[in-house]
Amino acid sequence: MSALKGLRIVELAHERCALVGKLLADMGADVVLVEPVEGAAMRRYEPFVDDKPDPERSLHWWHYNTSKRGIALDWKSPEGRDALLKLIESADILVEAEDPGALAAASLGDDQLTGALSRLIHVSITPFGPDGPRHDEHTSDLTIMASGGVAIVCGYDDHELPPVRPTGGHGFAMGEHYAVMSVMTALIAREFDDGGQRIDVSLNAAANITTELASYTWLVAQQDVSRQTGRHAGTVLSMPSQHRCIDGRYVNTGVPPRTAKQYRAMLDWFRGLGFDKDFPETVFLEMGTQHPILELSKIGIDDEITAIFSAAREALAFACSRMTAYDFFQSAQKAGLPVGVIYSPDEAFEDEHFKARGMQVEVAQPQLGKDVRYVGAPYAFEKTPWSISRVAPSLGEHTDEVLSEIGINAESLRKRGAAA
Amino acid sequence: MKALKGIRVCDFTGQLAGAAATKWLAAFGAEVIRIEDPTNNGAWDVLRNAQPFVDERRGPDLGGGFNNHNVGKLGITLNLKSARGKEILEQIIAKSDIVTENFANGVLERLGFGYERLKQIKPDIIYVSNCGFGNSGPYQDFKTWGPIVQAVSGLTFNSGLPEKEPAGWGFSYMDHTGAMYMAIAALMAIYHRMRTGEGQWVDMACCDSALSLNGLHVLDYTVNGRPARREGHPIGSRSEWPAMAPHGIYPTQGDDQWVAIACRNDEDWQALAGVIAQDWASDPALLSLQGRLADQDRLDNHLETWCRKTDKHALQHRLQSAGIAAAAVLDARERIEGDMSSAAFNLWPTVTHSAMGDVRVDGLPVRFSRTPHEISQGAPCVGEHTEKVLASLLGIQKPEVDALREEGVV
Repeated sequence: MSALKGLRIVELAHERCALVGKLLADMGADVVLVEPVEGAAMRRYEPFVDDKPDPERSLHWWHYNTSKRGIALDWKSPEGRDALLKLIESADILVEAEDPGALAAASLGDDQLTGALSRLIHVSITPFGPDGPRHDEHTSDLTIMASGGVAIVCGYDDHELPPVRPTGGHGFAMGEHYAVMSVMTALIAREFDDGGQRIDVSLNAAANITTELASYTWLVAQQDVSRQTGRHAGTVLSMPSQHRCIDGRYVNTGVPPRTAKQYRAMLDWFRGLGFDKDFPETVFLEMGTQHPILELSKIGIDDEITAIFSAAREALAFACSRMTAYDFFQSAQKAGLPVGVIYSPDEAFEDEHFKARGMQVEVAQPQLGKDVRYVGAPYAFEKTPWSISRVAPSLGEHTDEVLSEIGINAESLRKRGAAA
Repeated sequence: MKALKGIRVCDFTGQLAGAAATKWLAAFGAEVIRIEDPTNNGAWDVLRNAQPFVDERRGPDLGGGFNNHNVGKLGITLNLKSARGKEILEQIIAKSDIVTENFANGVLERLGFGYERLKQIKPDIIYVSNCGFGNSGPYQDFKTWGPIVQAVSGLTFNSGLPEKEPAGWGFSYMDHTGAMYMAIAALMAIYHRMRTGEGQWVDMACCDSALSLNGLHVLDYTVNGRPARREGHPIGSRSEWPAMAPHGIYPTQGDDQWVAIACRNDEDWQALAGVIAQDWASDPALLSLQGRLADQDRLDNHLETWCRKTDKHALQHRLQSAGIAAAAVLDARERIEGDMSSAAFNLWPTVTHSAMGDVRVDGLPVRFSRTPHEISQGAPCVGEHTEKVLASLLGIQKPEVDALREEGVV
């Protein structure tokens, strides 16, 4: 059985909430995605199959809309609006990311939704919330990560180079994850007392609290952190932890050991590879085996601890200068050292571990007449497995099916241009 | 009303990757009982002793990050290597709905509390484990921190300027996000149990969650055969999917000051060209997206020169007034003290911590109309609630707790 079987969710198609619907749909909810009759904007997003623009062949659309049913409805028209309201009445949850005021302008304000439908859970995702001083700003994934404090801490030691916005839609995803947590929390509350509610999620607020040290170093100590190449932004410049290996690829060498046992393991690994002969600081690694635990807060204060920790960082860098990135990753990890090869997404996807974890999922793709490999589950549930139950809907694929379930004749709406 | 009132969590999580998950549960009213090792003052969670600090004092009750991630939780100590410690833990598990942890693979099992044992103690228990590479697969014994998860999943690779080494993430994005997926998993499992009575184990691996976030890049590879590692990639702050241009972070007046500008469509570009009002911007070839994409280097050079003359806030205001998506790139001080939109979400609540006093922490970016969350109580000091929890939950009274303390059990 699926964890969310029997739940109906109405999602108004928008780039700011597509992942919310996907995460719920892949866990078994009946997510009805409502697009305008001309198709959702996301259908026109790259990349396309073979790079040929086609609203039925956008990989963007395919990825973010798995396991959903789709209807095309002009809910800004009076007939379409009535049909949408009826659909919402049949649902447990409404997920949308319209600009503030857009639903009320279509006579679908709070009075018509949670005000009238006591069990409805309505989740609204907006850049800054429905009100407040910035609610009507123009935004994108980039600007959210800029104003939310993510961009300024990502980049390089050289601050002549601009901060970097990591690519991949994360400015939206940060808030979308909170939206899914909100939906589930409200569902549990509803099990207790049968009541729904309205929930607002601010993408800007989500980014603000997804910066780890940057926010709480300011909150606690009123200090700002500065970005550094490939590692945590800090209040002081730290030693590099990202290194280029002999094959030109990069690794992240993680956090050096902090216990005697870990120094012993590192030393054995280092000697086993014969690197100790050419590495003068090996003696500091030996000193590391004499401290039961190194207190990280004493780095920069206590000379011996600083020297041991620095030598460990340098030993890792030294190993990188003698090995390929993959070999370094495998060999150091087998010695118990937390390091990582820097894979591209497709390289990770083809790695034996992710394959063994079931991260390659074959899905029959009717547009191509063959199976396509999708990325798999973010979590492995024992009893209620994640699955892609269907590919993303084509435009209006389930209009008749869904509307007939709520007693509406799709054809009459279609004739008036309110459905497709 | 509290949304999660009555739900009890037997919590072994730590760091950010686990602790932020149960922070959410606690904020919505779940009773989260953190269990820590008395023999080392909970040092497994490195944040207990780590900066930032409110003053010159140091120690396991004073780590600012620890407080940030553990607000609203109860904290007890229990020596799980002792027979009596194990016995007490069994009693706590028997009264809990869910067990959460983010140890390395196999740690809880070696302590005698693997999933099979948990089920014997409480047949409908929910168990959510969160570990870097998960509890199966060839790398199950490999160790991770957030940056390692980001490296092996493609997230680090996807952040950088072309022809330069990866910029990666200046923080543990996957500690935050792993915790979000852990919370989602816990909540879904609780919901399922409420409807069916059935508990289960969720094996959550941060690396799997991270790779799933790269699903679009994966599809481009599996469908179009295009590897992400190719000339000109990654693409810095440009937008490839959906294609937009210009789209980037540009220098403004001042030292290390920047503005982000996204021309989402032709109308945005026309508005921007109107604000710029210079010859280069009125080139008709730039009216179409194709024209702008083909000429991105030149466009970006012009924009760098143009933006440099103006203050970032003034620029944001001017461009927003023209309808363009633009935002000053803000540092922590600017956004925490200056962005008034956060106030409506009470984003930086003050909590009272027994040792640190009043401290501001990260709030939550959500507002519930009927069952709001609450963040007001600081993180527990080591063993702060041992007596209280043992008494109220298990009926173990003070003399016995004192004896347990003598024996090193608590």
